[in-house]
Amino acid sequence: MAVSAGRPTSEPVPENPLVAGLERIPVAPTSLVIFGATGDLARRKLLPALYNLAHEGALPGRFHLIGVSRKEKEHEDYREECEQAIRRFSRRTPDDAVLESLLENVCYVPGTFDDPSVYSELGKMLDKCEKQAGEPLNRAFYLSTAPTFFPVIVEQLGKSKLAHHEHGEVRLIIEKPFGTTLEEARELNREVLATFDETQVFRIDHYLGKETVQNMMAFRFANGMFEPLWNRNYIDSVQITAAEDLGIGSRADYYDSAGALRDLIQNHMLQLLCHVAMEPPVSFTAEEVRNEKVKVLQSIPEPTAAEIPDMSLRAQYSAGHAGGDDVPGYLEEEGVPEGSVTETYAALRLEVDNWRWAGVPFYLRTGKRLARKITEIAVTLKPVPHLAFSQDGSLGVQPNQLVLTLQPNEGVSLSLGAKIPGTRMIIRPVQMEFQYGTAFLSQSPEAYERLITDAMRGDATLFTRNDEVEAQWRICDPIVKAWEPADGQSLVSVASYVAGSQGPKEADDLLREGDRWRAI
Amino acid sequence: MSGGARSDAVWSEQGTTPDAIEAALRKLLHDIHAENGDYVPARVLNMIAFVDREWSGEIANRLRGVGRYHASRTVVLAYEPGRERLDARVMIASDDEPKPGELALLHETVVVELGDRHLDDLLTIADPLVVTDLPTLLWSPHGHHDIVTELLALSQAVLVDSVDEPSSRDALDRACTLSGQAYVVDLAWLRTTPWRERVAASFDPPPRRAELAEISGVTVRHHPESTAAAMLLAGWLSSRLGWRPEPLKADGDALVGTAEAHERDVKLRLEAAPELQVRGLEDVTLETSTGRSLLLGRGPGGLHARSRDAQGREREWTIAGASRGEQGVLGEGIRQALLRDPTYVPALTAARAMLTPA
Repeated sequence: MAVSAGRPTSEPVPENPLVAGLERIPVAPTSLVIFGATGDLARRKLLPALYNLAHEGALPGRFHLIGVSRKEKEHEDYREECEQAIRRFSRRTPDDAVLESLLENVCYVPGTFDDPSVYSELGKMLDKCEKQAGEPLNRAFYLSTAPTFFPVIVEQLGKSKLAHHEHGEVRLIIEKPFGTTLEEARELNREVLATFDETQVFRIDHYLGKETVQNMMAFRFANGMFEPLWNRNYIDSVQITAAEDLGIGSRADYYDSAGALRDLIQNHMLQLLCHVAMEPPVSFTAEEVRNEKVKVLQSIPEPTAAEIPDMSLRAQYSAGHAGGDDVPGYLEEEGVPEGSVTETYAALRLEVDNWRWAGVPFYLRTGKRLARKITEIAVTLKPVPHLAFSQDGSLGVQPNQLVLTLQPNEGVSLSLGAKIPGTRMIIRPVQMEFQYGTAFLSQSPEAYERLITDAMRGDATLFTRNDEVEAQWRICDPIVKAWEPADGQSLVSVASYVAGSQGPKEADDLLREGDRWRAI
Repeated sequence: MSGGARSDAVWSEQGTTPDAIEAALRKLLHDIHAENGDYVPARVLNMIAFVDREWSGEIANRLRGVGRYHASRTVVLAYEPGRERLDARVMIASDDEPKPGELALLHETVVVELGDRHLDDLLTIADPLVVTDLPTLLWSPHGHHDIVTELLALSQAVLVDSVDEPSSRDALDRACTLSGQAYVVDLAWLRTTPWRERVAASFDPPPRRAELAEISGVTVRHHPESTAAAMLLAGWLSSRLGWRPEPLKADGDALVGTAEAHERDVKLRLEAAPELQVRGLEDVTLETSTGRSLLLGRGPGGLHARSRDAQGREREWTIAGASRGEQGVLGEGIRQALLRDPTYVPALTAARAMLTPA
């Protein structure tokens, strides 16, 4: 019986009444092809995520995994590698029988990504999977390779006629980074969209797969108490921090070519900003949510060359202490080129010039080897207009601050002024805290589990659209150009901070008078 | 308090009162938090378990196995006929020691041993012991329907297992009655979840959806004591697909009958599978009027699927998935107390229509 695995037709598709009430929405039968199948991401994240989906019965009933990579090896060898990776990196101890049933449908195609014969072999393999299944399967191509291969693979998929499938959906999943400059991002979009339709493309920003990022929308749009305050009339500033206590580890090659701005701010942190600043979408469909995020990004003025030294800061860590140990500075880390000016810390002050946010500074900072690991969004409300208690020694009263913590302790806290017990009316801030971990029985799935499932289902809500990527780059590209000018003579110096510290003291210069960075 | 997973915060008193128990809970939590602020009490769900004291150890073992699906506060009311005195134990435990910069959750367990003289005032014993404003799940695994009725005043959800009742009729009638008073989480229904998910997925590709109207036969093989689970699965198909089932008749170890669908009758067969060692279903077979069939059965590493197309070509494959085991089903039951499945009551209603009139 020849049927489509899920391709929309012009005729109305009847509803499936059996899906109502099920927590797990069915995923159409799929062959997933991972390019870069032996790489770090595949081993550490993708394969364990696939195992966990299999464990929970969340993979499609018909599921095939095909690994593509340069190294020559047999199917059986690749299966063994998959098994080892899953056993090592899975968040749960694998069940042998489940693992075996997953690995039964794993195969491997060796070859270089620019070799047309690889795609011919891949096509045969995909056809074989369908023949075995006796029905068409959707196809998802996951590009887990170095970004330089993205256009090559896309072009070859197009040339080998694998970008479309008469009887099923074909989807392209692209890992970050999506370009390293605006021009590169635009070029990559052009190349991808010359072969695939935008509806087929799923650009991964794994932050969006984190439960706490999704919870931000629930927090904002399911709680009436915040929305009336969520604007320039009541909010004084917004501070978004993504701090890590670790250094670059063994990622010098990647990190030195990327830096903190590209690694975190251009994608993840701007996404967090969008979630804070976006208008309520009409519905939570992919297009509506992404339309609202793009509007936010378009409201952020592109920084001019003259503004950049005042609204941005880059810095590198020097030798210091972390976790009780001496740690080297960035330039002493293994694999870092001598004299590198790559930033391990970046901070920006952005404005969202729209009706809701005009005049409210959005401070973004990220860095390696800071005092501790934390990702949080702190929304500081304006101070009260009159402090009746000031004569009693309450001058230290702070404005209310709402802090959404994404890691490590996911939750929300609100600082409130409260009276210190005693005969005098002295106020000090106290915390009203809510921890997600204390309030739900379920364990959050890994971001990749959610994202792989969504991509196979064709739900693009948690993926970045082409105009979104370009809008993010439009903000960061002038900064990249100022930090890395073609002539190599940047006017923006690289500040320094001691490993394990709060970051460079120059970061204070970005702040509006009266504002302070929160302690990391 | 430090070092290793903590489970050492214990208080007990003989001849105690609910007020004293509640005060002890507060003090233990206060002391733990004062000593290490990284321990925080979970605040998700209360669970009241009314059990026969004689079997309370077995229930404690079952609850220990639910892992992260522990209720935040579990109040075990252990009933012992003839007991005069109210005794209680409070235990506060965390599965993990807090990692640096992270929190560890505390779960509280209160065991109250009581007798007949306390039953009339049971609400006043249980009420002070549940955390205010959290939903409460009630479980009475040893029957005691009258007690359940009384404790429903404190509960938003009630946990039942329709395969526990002596007859399917009793089970389904009981679940139906309770559904009018609280949200019912039925473990027999939850045992059918993987089967429902896979049946739904099999017909989910758009071209396959039309075949739902062509289903002409459903066979469900089940553990001999799990007829209620099989009826719920058939009831689910009936309610979702608009079939009107008729009372089933005995045919050896099976119940057989038909459901009136839009265009044809659907043959229903619920058959005991004596070889099945665990509660729940052994396999489900769906046949269509076009000659297609799909069998889903238990197998290692997931459900074993076998399909036959109209030309008689057969294919077999495995749909990966780990068995949850009985403890997993109980844990899922606790978690479901926080959710609402709108398809259970219609499935239950359809399942009751399959019962032979009394």
